[in-house]
Amino acid sequence: MKRQHKLRVALVALAIFHFFILFAGFFAPYGFATQDRTMPFAPPTRLHFVDARGEFHMRPFVYAYAAASGAGDASYEEDRSRPFPVRLFTAGAPYRIAELIPAHTHLFGADEPGRVFLLGTDAFGRDQLSRFLYGGQLSLLAGLIAAALSVGIGIAVGAAAGFYGGWIDDALMRGSDLFFALPWLYLLFAVRAALPLHIPEWRVFLLIVGVIGLIGWARPARLIRGVVLSARERNFVTAARGFGASDAYLLRRHVLPQTYGVVLTQLALLIPQYVLAEVTLSFLGLGVGEPVPSWGSLLASLQQYDVLASYWWMFLPAALLIPLFFAYYAAADALQERLKSVSL
Amino acid sequence: MGIHRARYLGIALALVCAGLMPLVSAAPKAEWMVTDNPIGHSGGRLVVALRSEPKTLNSVVAADTSSRDVIRCLTADLIHINRESEKTEPALAKTWSVSRDGRQYTLHLRRGLQFSDGQPFTADDVVFSFQVYLDEKIHSPQRDLLIVGGKPIAATKIDDATVRFDLAEPYAAAERIFDSLAILPKHLLESAYQSGNFSQAWGVGAAPTQLAGLGPFRLKEYVPGERMVLERNPYYWKEDRENHRLPYLDELVFLFVPSEDAQVIRFESGDTDVLSRFSAQNFSVLAKQQQEKSYRLFDLGPGLEYNFLFFNLNDLASKNLPDIAKKQAWFQDVRFRQAVSEAIDREGIVRLVYSGRATPLWGHVTPGNKLWMDAKVSHPARSLVQSRQLLASAGFTWKSDGSLVDAGGNAVDFSILASASNAQRVKMATIIQDDLSQLGMNVHVVTLDFGAMVDRLMKSYDYEAALMGLAGGDADPTPEMNVWLSNGSTHLWHLNEAKPATPWEADIDRLMEKQLVTLNYAARRKLYDRVQEIVAEDLPVICLASPNILVGAKDRVGNFEPATLDPYALWNVEQLYVR
Repeated sequence: MKRQHKLRVALVALAIFHFFILFAGFFAPYGFATQDRTMPFAPPTRLHFVDARGEFHMRPFVYAYAAASGAGDASYEEDRSRPFPVRLFTAGAPYRIAELIPAHTHLFGADEPGRVFLLGTDAFGRDQLSRFLYGGQLSLLAGLIAAALSVGIGIAVGAAAGFYGGWIDDALMRGSDLFFALPWLYLLFAVRAALPLHIPEWRVFLLIVGVIGLIGWARPARLIRGVVLSARERNFVTAARGFGASDAYLLRRHVLPQTYGVVLTQLALLIPQYVLAEVTLSFLGLGVGEPVPSWGSLLASLQQYDVLASYWWMFLPAALLIPLFFAYYAAADALQERLKSVSL
Repeated sequence: MGIHRARYLGIALALVCAGLMPLVSAAPKAEWMVTDNPIGHSGGRLVVALRSEPKTLNSVVAADTSSRDVIRCLTADLIHINRESEKTEPALAKTWSVSRDGRQYTLHLRRGLQFSDGQPFTADDVVFSFQVYLDEKIHSPQRDLLIVGGKPIAATKIDDATVRFDLAEPYAAAERIFDSLAILPKHLLESAYQSGNFSQAWGVGAAPTQLAGLGPFRLKEYVPGERMVLERNPYYWKEDRENHRLPYLDELVFLFVPSEDAQVIRFESGDTDVLSRFSAQNFSVLAKQQQEKSYRLFDLGPGLEYNFLFFNLNDLASKNLPDIAKKQAWFQDVRFRQAVSEAIDREGIVRLVYSGRATPLWGHVTPGNKLWMDAKVSHPARSLVQSRQLLASAGFTWKSDGSLVDAGGNAVDFSILASASNAQRVKMATIIQDDLSQLGMNVHVVTLDFGAMVDRLMKSYDYEAALMGLAGGDADPTPEMNVWLSNGSTHLWHLNEAKPATPWEADIDRLMEKQLVTLNYAARRKLYDRVQEIVAEDLPVICLASPNILVGAKDRVGNFEPATLDPYALWNVEQLYVR
């Protein structure tokens, strides 16, 4: 069926994307902090198959880039005297898979001293493709954890409010109204400004994730409350209660399973929103500090006029995010349709 | 009949002669200054951008750059520093003499000059001006510059065109004090001064008829939020070699354009005629369109600005900062600072941060300071090997993973503070972070807004290292004394020292005090050279780079001769003309 097909395609796309990012160390030819100070703002390296003599090569190669003009205007020309083949499964800078297993094989790389910068370089000559992949680890993880946090709190609060009703419901829903109204961006500014001079990067990360996640639980809570309200009136629930089932049993066995559809949909919607929230924070300079990349800090240099006007490849990280968000929204869409057809 | 007629004729002739005498002998020729610039022609208007709106037109209380930029076009000083040669030259004072002991300066003013409202300029105005500048109740930011030897300068009128200044001590840079000290019209401001409202006088709301000055322009119009328009001062006291009265321009328009990028865009599109104070990256963007858009860009080489890294060497006994106090054991060791300095890739900074339009620095006096730079200061090449040797000799060792630890086994880990609004300094900090990581140091770059950063540097001392820049307004060493004197207010790395904390700081104190009162330039030079060498050896500040002065102007702006002292583009505004 078309709907299942859509969901499947979206999930496969997401899986591939996340796979690349999970194994960023392998897919990235360089480390995220490796500076090549002779090549700031280098355009994407062109892969050649046909050399200067007109011969075709199966293995693509690159040429070295030399600065064209004198006073560092960052315009480059290819030096066609010497080709550097691009090989697969090269040995390069060491990295750790999932922070645990040390390794040093990379999917591809150019023979030294050639460089293959598929997405160009930034102001310090750092490979944008590598930084995009490593940055994804940070931004995606932030989005995932924050979404899980939001939805987790949403389930707890929504279930309690919907199941027990009465003053608990009122209190919790008024509380959620408050969170709806919070201007989260300014709250984040304030939190970041109040922090001590420098805190370890992982603490900044957790703080950002915590604040984003804690602000956004209100909507999932409301939706789950709605589902729980209708679920607790169902016949099988009343029957189970008649048999002496405890509240906890009812919630776990009968009511909460009804909410899974909503939960999944909410997750699929919230993850890209929270990734975008983290990107915004890093873009504004409130995220994890240099040299750790995040998608937001990759885009931050676009705030300068000269970068905007001269170096088009700095937009590519934004362009690459579009299919990712599209896949998430397609998944959410498909899940919502599924939900509609399944529910009463 | 003949005798009577002759007598009448004689009397008539005598009367006529008597009547004409005043005309012939009365007006002494006004003593204008003759400039030697290329001849231009009158007419035209120049449009310039200002980063922010001026806060006041009162030169005594003005402190912000925009106000001073406009005031400079409306006023004149007694002795002026030529921005191109960096030396003093006559302005409202045509000559002056110094007493043998260097404590008395007698200035002879030009005669016959008038303010922009036509009223005459005399020594009374000079004495009045100094009275206002030195008045403690008014708190002028200029007042400190007029205190020599702990006492304010005294101005005394000798006659209508002569003023004597008495100093408590001989002062080497005395002539330079007078630069940019605008002379005020007593006839317009005396009543405000007597009634105690001087600080409120001549705000931006003042009507043009209430203002008068001796500068090339006078205020014509102020549109809040948009622009300030100045018109030619018809009474200006300079003329060119062909006796054309200056300024050439009819109007000078200041547009308020708040950000550098916006100023670049407006210059590119032709809204403004002159552009200054912009970054090397914008220079590259503008350079591509020079031909089509009919403007020229100038890279004037290094100015006086120097950017530097420094460590917190303050006495933290009274502050509750135990972590930083522990790290000071590293910072206070000169070998640590030298190792850091030798590991920094200054060429990389020049190339990456300034696109090559900067000069690497190893000392705080830049090559842009033609009169004072000590060329003997050493420029050691970047050497990580040397750095490691220095660190090893200071008791540091490396763990197996490459990280640096001190003698007590603590990992070397610190943060560098930089102002978030200055993209260049943040970039420099990032490069330094990468350089020092090759020594095994774990460095963090922390950006703060400028106000918060200054608070940490000057009050709470809650920082470990910081990256800053200073731009001396004048080439002479004396105005910057507060940075180098151990009890100086901008002795950033160690404020509020009761006595010099180290022998080399005591040396610097001694040398700076001496050059203050040494009048002979060659002798002063020797003293200040030694100061530069001490700073380069003991590294209270690790100097990094000096950005080049970059200016742009439309082709139609004539006599455009940008200089490396502020104001780079408009220092000779009275000589500019429109082709």
